[in-house]
Amino acid sequence: MIRLVKVTKRYGDTEALKNVSLEIRRGDIFAVIGSSGAGKTTLLRIISMLDTEYSGEYYFDGVDTRKNQDGLRKRVTMVFQKPVMFNASVFDNVAYGLKIRGVGSREVKKRVEDVLRLVGLYDMRKKNAKKLSGGEQQRVALARALVLETDVLVLDEPTANLDAVNVQMIEGIIREITRDGVTVVMATHNLYQAKRLANTVAYLNSGELVEVGSVEQIFNSPNNERTKKFIMGETYY
Amino acid sequence: MTWEYIFKGIEGALGMIASFDVEVADIALRSVKVSGIAALMAAIIGIPVGVLLGISTFRGRDLLRSFFNGMLGIPTVVMGLILYLFLAPAGPLGSLKLLYTEMGISFGQMLLVLPIVVSFTANSIEGVEREIRELALTLGASRVEATLKVISEASAGVMLSVIAAFNRAIAELGIALMVGGNIFVREGALNTRVLTTSIQMYVARGDIDIAIALGIILLAIVFTITAISNFLQSRWVLR
Repeated sequence: MIRLVKVTKRYGDTEALKNVSLEIRRGDIFAVIGSSGAGKTTLLRIISMLDTEYSGEYYFDGVDTRKNQDGLRKRVTMVFQKPVMFNASVFDNVAYGLKIRGVGSREVKKRVEDVLRLVGLYDMRKKNAKKLSGGEQQRVALARALVLETDVLVLDEPTANLDAVNVQMIEGIIREITRDGVTVVMATHNLYQAKRLANTVAYLNSGELVEVGSVEQIFNSPNNERTKKFIMGETYY
Repeated sequence: MTWEYIFKGIEGALGMIASFDVEVADIALRSVKVSGIAALMAAIIGIPVGVLLGISTFRGRDLLRSFFNGMLGIPTVVMGLILYLFLAPAGPLGSLKLLYTEMGISFGQMLLVLPIVVSFTANSIEGVEREIRELALTLGASRVEATLKVISEASAGVMLSVIAAFNRAIAELGIALMVGGNIFVREGALNTRVLTTSIQMYVARGDIDIAIALGIILLAIVFTITAISNFLQSRWVLR
């Protein structure tokens, strides 16, 4: 479904991603692990088509993303590490993507209310989203992405800085939606979370894709020494 | 002795306000009208320029931003002098016949407060630009829809810029005095006297009571506008 070929991203003289090639299959829960500054967010931004200034190729369902960026971007939704809220109610935040897709108001209401029930925020639908706690805002961000029913959900550290209750709740929602065949690409520096949720894991180190494999292979018998060190907690970050 | 002199002035001023002096009301209304038009014109020109500076990158953008930021602190007497030289009958814009007119003051004040609207608007846009744009894009917005969302999210800051512009305009003296000329004829149609010029004049004459009364009215207008703005913002930002 997603295929990156020799993708390199530079910020001035710094290479944030170096010749990254990978494939993500439909329905996969693909976790990108690595220490801070490894290039995880950069990779996710490219996959989400928010960053288009890179060298290399990116194919989405076999189509070169440079050729139909606006159309293909609608099939991928990213949830940022720091949830950004529109200055509007929880309901309006979640409804935004549907409204710009021209979905009718009755359908919008139904879908938004359904997804708010799923993330446990139905009773807060009239509250201003900016007034919610960090965990609640992250759930609004997730609901806003889920309601669109896009093919790919990209999650950048979806539970960073959240308490255990919210972590558990968000992980439960991720598990729930992947049953419907949604492809999830997530960055995390929490190895336990990758182990709990993912079926494929990629280890990124200083912009270099060191190893990609099944969750069992990466955690139990990594091929690369650097992956092994990272898994064993011997890489400092 | 000192305090008695001030208290007497305030007492006289309050009596004057309570008795609703028509002349004072006329001057106050003219101030609001002239500075309101200035703020409106600055908003019409400055908001699009501020939005452009906030959302786009082009050669010379930083220079333009620095220019408007620098103009924020221009002394009003210097601006008044420059405008006087331009608008005087022998000046390059003398044919507009704006000198010693209400519209002349509005025009001058508009130039004075334009940098406030431009800089505040650009700052408000920049404050939300990247994160709101990316959020809108990832939720499926087109580039135009994402830009509109950025502007809409910055609207509270844009509104604040217009309020700040009005407050700066109504409180300035240099332009109103040099371009307006502080003309006042009872029931005259061409009067240009506004609150700041009359305060200056009455203080110079030693009519402290009326100067204090006008000062209280000027402060009341500024505080009322600011209070309304704060109220609207609190409703707007966290509605």
